[in-house]
Amino acid sequence: MNPSKTALQIPAGPAVRVLRQRAIQAAAVVLLVSTACFAIVQSLPGDIAFRIAAGRYGYDHVTAASADAVRAELGLDRPAWQQLLDWLANLLTLDLGTSLVTGAGIAGELGLYLSSSVQLAAAALALALAAGVTVGVLAAARPGGVLDRMTTLWVSAARALPPFLLGLVLILFFSVHLGVLPAAGHGQASNIVLPAATLAVGLSGLFARVTRDTVVQIRQSEYVRFAATKGLGGRLVFLRHILRNTGVTLIAYIGVQLLILIEGVVVVESLFAWPGLGHALVHAIFWRDIPMIQATALALALLVVVLNTVVDLGSLALDPRPRSREAVL
Amino acid sequence: MFAYRMKAAVASVAAVLVMSGCAGTGANSAPAPQQPLKVVGQFELHSLDPATSGGFFTRLQVAETLVDADNQGALQPGLATEWEVSGDNLSWRFTLRKDALFHDGTAVTAETVTQALETARGKAASPLSTVPLKGITADGGAVRVDLAEPYAPLAAVLAHTSTQILAPSSYGAGQAVMQIVGSGPYRVERLEQPSNIELTAFEQWQGTKPAITKVSYQAVGRSESRALMAESGQSDVTFGMDPTSLQRLKQAGKLDITDVTLPRTILLKVNAGHDILGDVRVRQALSLSLDRKSMATALLRDPEMAATQLFPPSLPEWHQDSVTPLEYDPASARKLLADAGWAPGNDGMLERNGRKFTVTLRTFPDRPELPILATAIQAKLKELGITLDVKVGNSSEIPAGHQDGSLELGLFSRNYALVPDALVTLADDFAPAGADYGAMGWNNPALTSTLNTMAGGTNPDAPADRRKQVTDILQSELPVIPVAWYRQSAVISKRVDGLALDPLERSWRLSDLTWAK
Repeated sequence: MNPSKTALQIPAGPAVRVLRQRAIQAAAVVLLVSTACFAIVQSLPGDIAFRIAAGRYGYDHVTAASADAVRAELGLDRPAWQQLLDWLANLLTLDLGTSLVTGAGIAGELGLYLSSSVQLAAAALALALAAGVTVGVLAAARPGGVLDRMTTLWVSAARALPPFLLGLVLILFFSVHLGVLPAAGHGQASNIVLPAATLAVGLSGLFARVTRDTVVQIRQSEYVRFAATKGLGGRLVFLRHILRNTGVTLIAYIGVQLLILIEGVVVVESLFAWPGLGHALVHAIFWRDIPMIQATALALALLVVVLNTVVDLGSLALDPRPRSREAVL
Repeated sequence: MFAYRMKAAVASVAAVLVMSGCAGTGANSAPAPQQPLKVVGQFELHSLDPATSGGFFTRLQVAETLVDADNQGALQPGLATEWEVSGDNLSWRFTLRKDALFHDGTAVTAETVTQALETARGKAASPLSTVPLKGITADGGAVRVDLAEPYAPLAAVLAHTSTQILAPSSYGAGQAVMQIVGSGPYRVERLEQPSNIELTAFEQWQGTKPAITKVSYQAVGRSESRALMAESGQSDVTFGMDPTSLQRLKQAGKLDITDVTLPRTILLKVNAGHDILGDVRVRQALSLSLDRKSMATALLRDPEMAATQLFPPSLPEWHQDSVTPLEYDPASARKLLADAGWAPGNDGMLERNGRKFTVTLRTFPDRPELPILATAIQAKLKELGITLDVKVGNSSEIPAGHQDGSLELGLFSRNYALVPDALVTLADDFAPAGADYGAMGWNNPALTSTLNTMAGGTNPDAPADRRKQVTDILQSELPVIPVAWYRQSAVISKRVDGLALDPLERSWRLSDLTWAK
C-alpha cells in the first residue's frame, strides 16, 4: 500500500530527541534485564551444574561425574557477583559469550533465533495488515452494512480461536488434506506460510476493527468535510486525509501488537517447529544456560525499545505537527 | 471512489496470494531420484561433540566407531576389521580397515584414530573414561590399547557413539569439535543447529553405495506436528511418535509403521538406605501393587510392554524365561506391608509408630510417558494406603538426589545397551557404592562378585548361569523396580522400502533404504 504521494519527512529536532531518549532507555534496559535474569536464575531451585549437564548430555548421560566436570569447566564455584561482573564486562566489548550447554558462540545462535522470529512476525504482520486494513476500509464505507457486520463476526471468531487450535486446523486442511503446504519445519520458503497465517488470522481481525472505527471517525471530521467542500476528488481526500490520519492511530496500535506478537509466538513456534526466540528462551531456562537466557531476554527487551523508536519516528513522519510539550519550545 | 476501492481491494488480495503462493511441491508428487529422503525426529542437535551429540552422527552413518554391532547386539567390524587380545588380557590390537578415507579426502590412520580416542577418553560422559586404560598407541596399521587390568567388554565400549572417529580437521582450538568430518557412507552437506542436517552419499565410501544419495534430517519438538508431517507426506521416516498419534495413523492405514522393542526399561529407582524403603518386604509390596498390564495398555497403548522382569526380550542373553514374573497382587502386597509393621490408621492410610507412609517420587517430562506413569503409580499406591508425592522436574534431579541422599523414589528409563554389551552398564549401575541410575543404598556381594568375574578378562565358564543369577538377585531384592519396557516405532511413507529398526538405537540404517518401485 502506498499511503501517500505527499513526501513524508521526519522533523529533525523531535527525531533527535526521540533517539536520544531511547538510547538512554536501551542502556538502562541492558543493565537491568541482565542483572535481573542472573539473579532469577541463581534463585531457581536445583543445582545449576546438574541442570547444564542435563542439557548437554541428555537424560541418559547426566550423572554426578558429568555435573562435576561442568562445574569445574565453567567455574560455577566462583561467587555469583564475580560471574555477573564477567558477563557485564564482556557485554561492554559486545561479546555475548558462549552457551553453557552447546558450547557455541551465543551471537551466532541468537542471530538465527532472532532472525527466525522477526521473519515470522513480519510475515504475519504483512498478511494481517493487508487483509485487516482492506476489510476495515471496505467495512467503513457503509457502517452497519452487511460487510461491516461480517467483519464484526470475523473479529470475534478470530480472537476467540486459540492459535494452537487454529494452527492445527490449517495444517489439517492445507497439508494433510490438500497437500499444498508443508505442515511444519524450517528451511524452505514455503515453511513460513502456515505459521504466519496462524498468527495473522488473530491480528487481522483487530486491525480490521481499528481501521474501520478510525476511518468512520475521520470521515465525519471537519477537515475531511472541508477538503470535500473545497472540491478535492474522493480519491485524493481518501489518500491525503483519511488514510494518513488513520495511519497515525494504526501505527501506534501496530507497535503494541507487534510486541505481543513477538513474545507470543512461543506456542506457534513449538507447533510448527520454528526455531525462534521463544523456543530458545524456554530451552535455555530449562537448562539454566545463563548466558543464553540473558542474551535472549536482552534481545527481546531491546526489540521493545527498537520497535517503540520506530513507532515514534513513524508517527512523527505521518503527523509532523509539534507535540504539546514542544509547543512552548 | 468506488473504483479506487475496488482496485485497492484487488491489489491487497493479490499481495496476500503472492505471499502465500510460494507453496511447496505437492505431497503426492512422484519421487525424483535427486530428492532427499526426509527424516523427522524429536532430537535436536545441541552440540557436535561426540560425547554430547547423542549419537546423531553414528545414527546417520556419518561417523564410524572402531567396532559396530548388528541388530542382536553381536559385535561387528566397524572402522576396525578385526581385533585380538593378548594372552594376559592386558593388551588389545585393533586392525584398521585398509584405505579408509575421511570425508575431507585424508586417510584414516592409526595416529588419527588414537587422537580421537584420547579425546573421547577425557570426557566424563564417555564410558571410555571409566575403562582401566594404561595407554592408546598407534602400532603400524593398528591401534593398540593397553589396560591396567583385564576388561572383557573393551570392544563393546569402542562401539559406543562417544568413541566415534573424526578427522583431525573436525577439531578447532582446544579439541572443540567445529565440524563433523567422519568416514561413513554419508557426509555432512549442511548443518543448521539445532534442527537441520543435510547429508550426501560419500563418493569414496568403500562399502555398498547407498541407494538414496541425499538425506535431510529435521528436528520437530511436538509429536502431533511430527504425525501431521508424516500424514501430509512431508516426512518419509518419522521417529518418536506418541501412542495416541500412532494409533490414529495405524487406523488411517495410509502409512507403514514398523516397530522394535528397545533394550530400555522404565523403572523405579528405590533408595534402599531409606528407613521405610530399606525393608525388602516394602519394596516387594510396592512392586506387587503395580498393575503393569493396565498401565501399559492404557498409557502406552501396548499391553506387551508390561515388564515382568528388568531385562526386556530385546536383550535375549539377559532376559530369563525361567524367572518368576513380576505380578499384580494387591492382597499379597497388603500382607507384606502388615508384616513390615504398617497398619491402616483412622483415615485408612498406613502408619507405623505414629508415622505415616509418605514418600516422594521424582521424575521428568523429557519422555512424555514418565509423568503419566508416575500419576498412575500414585493412584495404585493410594489404594494400599501409601501417599506418594510426585515431583516432575528436570532429569538431573535424579542423579543430584542420589548424590545428596535426598532421593526416595525416582522414575526414569534406562537403556541397558548404550554399550552393546549390557554388562558394562550393569557393572556400573549395581556397583557396591551404587550409581546415579542404578542401586542406591543397596549392595549384594554375590551380585558384585558375579558381575566383576564377568567383566574381568578371564572368559568365565557358564556365562548364561551367571546372567541368570544376576537376574534372580535383582528380581527378588528389587533395588530398582521394573515398570515397563519400551517399543520404538517409526512411521514410513510409501515412497521408501527396507527400513529395519535397530533395537540398540545405534544406527537408523538409512543406507539400506531404497526408493519404492
